[in-house]
Amino acid sequence: MTATVPRDQQTRERPVATPVAPRRSAVRWLADHIVLFIGILVLVYTFVPIGYIFALSFNQPTARSATAQFEGFTWNNWTSICEPEGLCESLQLSIGVSITATILATVLGTLMAFALVRHSFRGRSASNLVIFLPMATPEVVMGSSLLAMFVSVGVDGLLGFVTLVIAHTLFCLSFVVVTVKARLAGMDTRLEQAAMDLYANEWQTFRLVTLPLAMPGIVAAAMLAFSLSFDDFIVSNFTAGQSVTFPLYVYGAKLKEFPPQLFVVGTIMFLVSFLFVIAGEIYRRRRAAALR
Amino acid sequence: MTAGLTPVTDPGPVVDGETSKRRGWGWLLLVPGMLWLAVFFLFPTVQLFFTSLYDPSGSYEQGYAMTWHFANYVDAVRDTWDLFARSFLYAGITTLVCLALAYPLAYAIAFKAGRWKHVMLVLVIAPFFTSFLLRTLSWRTILADQGPVTDFLQTIAILPDDGRLLATPVAVIAGLVYNFLPFMTLPIYASLDKVDHRLVEAAGDLYASPFTGFRKVTFPLSTPGVVSGTLLTFIPSSGDYVNAQLLGTPNQYMIGNRIQSAFLTEHNYPLAASLSLILMGIVVVMVVAYVRRAGTEDLL
Repeated sequence: MTATVPRDQQTRERPVATPVAPRRSAVRWLADHIVLFIGILVLVYTFVPIGYIFALSFNQPTARSATAQFEGFTWNNWTSICEPEGLCESLQLSIGVSITATILATVLGTLMAFALVRHSFRGRSASNLVIFLPMATPEVVMGSSLLAMFVSVGVDGLLGFVTLVIAHTLFCLSFVVVTVKARLAGMDTRLEQAAMDLYANEWQTFRLVTLPLAMPGIVAAAMLAFSLSFDDFIVSNFTAGQSVTFPLYVYGAKLKEFPPQLFVVGTIMFLVSFLFVIAGEIYRRRRAAALR
Repeated sequence: MTAGLTPVTDPGPVVDGETSKRRGWGWLLLVPGMLWLAVFFLFPTVQLFFTSLYDPSGSYEQGYAMTWHFANYVDAVRDTWDLFARSFLYAGITTLVCLALAYPLAYAIAFKAGRWKHVMLVLVIAPFFTSFLLRTLSWRTILADQGPVTDFLQTIAILPDDGRLLATPVAVIAGLVYNFLPFMTLPIYASLDKVDHRLVEAAGDLYASPFTGFRKVTFPLSTPGVVSGTLLTFIPSSGDYVNAQLLGTPNQYMIGNRIQSAFLTEHNYPLAASLSLILMGIVVVMVVAYVRRAGTEDLL
């Protein structure tokens, strides 16, 4: 912060500030760091349930108290993840639905974002409104209207993978458009003009300049879509029919006895995503170092 | 208001925004996505509107007669206005608490974290990759009657000895706050991260105290993030029913609980449809009014 203060001014001020410096600097230090402390406290708070889930994944439950308290340490839950009936099937279904919905939503949403940012046409603001509306719709409304439609069109026999993918793509789509749009809007179009000036044709410019520049936004959008889809309970509850995704399985287990393996899955989900993000961060740092 | 300040910031691409856009067939890129939205969002919503006007004396098994029964809406509001009021109250409190927690966090990440910035950002998102239901269920254990938090609050006499946290509005709101916190933190961070430090320094050079500098420069520049954060928190929490169900009792049920049971348990489609549309209508009106007021229409 002091970098912009002219040097002569700094030297002029310094002798005056010295006598009160110790007390002032302590207050100063506290004032400077209090926000950081509050921020770290908030972060700690968000990790409390994660710690709980992690600890309970090693719990040896007695009778039906798996959710209640820690009874004894065991590795068994980690070695018998698929033992509770239907758990691994539900994970498989969730992964399948999320991957399909993520691909669909990312492709459709990226195309829409390009159209909205790079092209001018009539009805742009109307299109923006239509894209915004699903985000302003509470999930319970979206799920119920989809269910009502599936029932009235007479495909309620097909409720399952297909209807889940339709619904998940729908609520991910708007988030993808918004995320990619933000990236495209911040991009310097002069780079593409430079490519064209250097005799790249439209397709080469797109493939070698535009797409790589837009990629971080597209990847972020896809990750967001995957996590929204994988974790979705409310819309899935309406559109899944008889099939059971992982969140639906957890919800069903809550009503019956609660297998501790669910905490193992929760811990693994946390660790896998953590590894992904850390790998991304290492990649980012290496690139930044290479470009420096 | 930023217009007067632009000379200070990086001029950015000199090309005018409008002329860099190409006319022509580019809008065709919109078609597939728009079709998806039309078939699976607009059409079901219109259909939901018709469902809401069916004769309520019909049933799921026998089918409904279309009688343009607008009285469904009157009945729905008369029976459930308290649930609506509670939903918006809880969602409002949730949004304010989220803002109070998320703003310092986002500010710390953007300005105070230094080289730990990206690590902290990762830590904001990381807990939310673990299943939302599992996290809510662990809050249920943490806040339970014999749980650590209740014991502690009883020891320091904030809570009476027979007082409880679980099954109270506090627990439901705490759950909602927890679940939607990153939706508040990330947009605020994105806005704060774009704030030009030189503007804050300029405020200091003009004898603004750090607090005044924050109030007059940093905070106004972060309003787009605050607006989208509040929307992303308020909208889903007003329609949520999982937290009320897992952390509360029927006394804390929100409108989402009612819609859910009307649809999935009672199969009372006309009632469920009219409740859904009332909820959607109120949310859209509130959002539009709020966005107008905050002066960030370009978010829409």
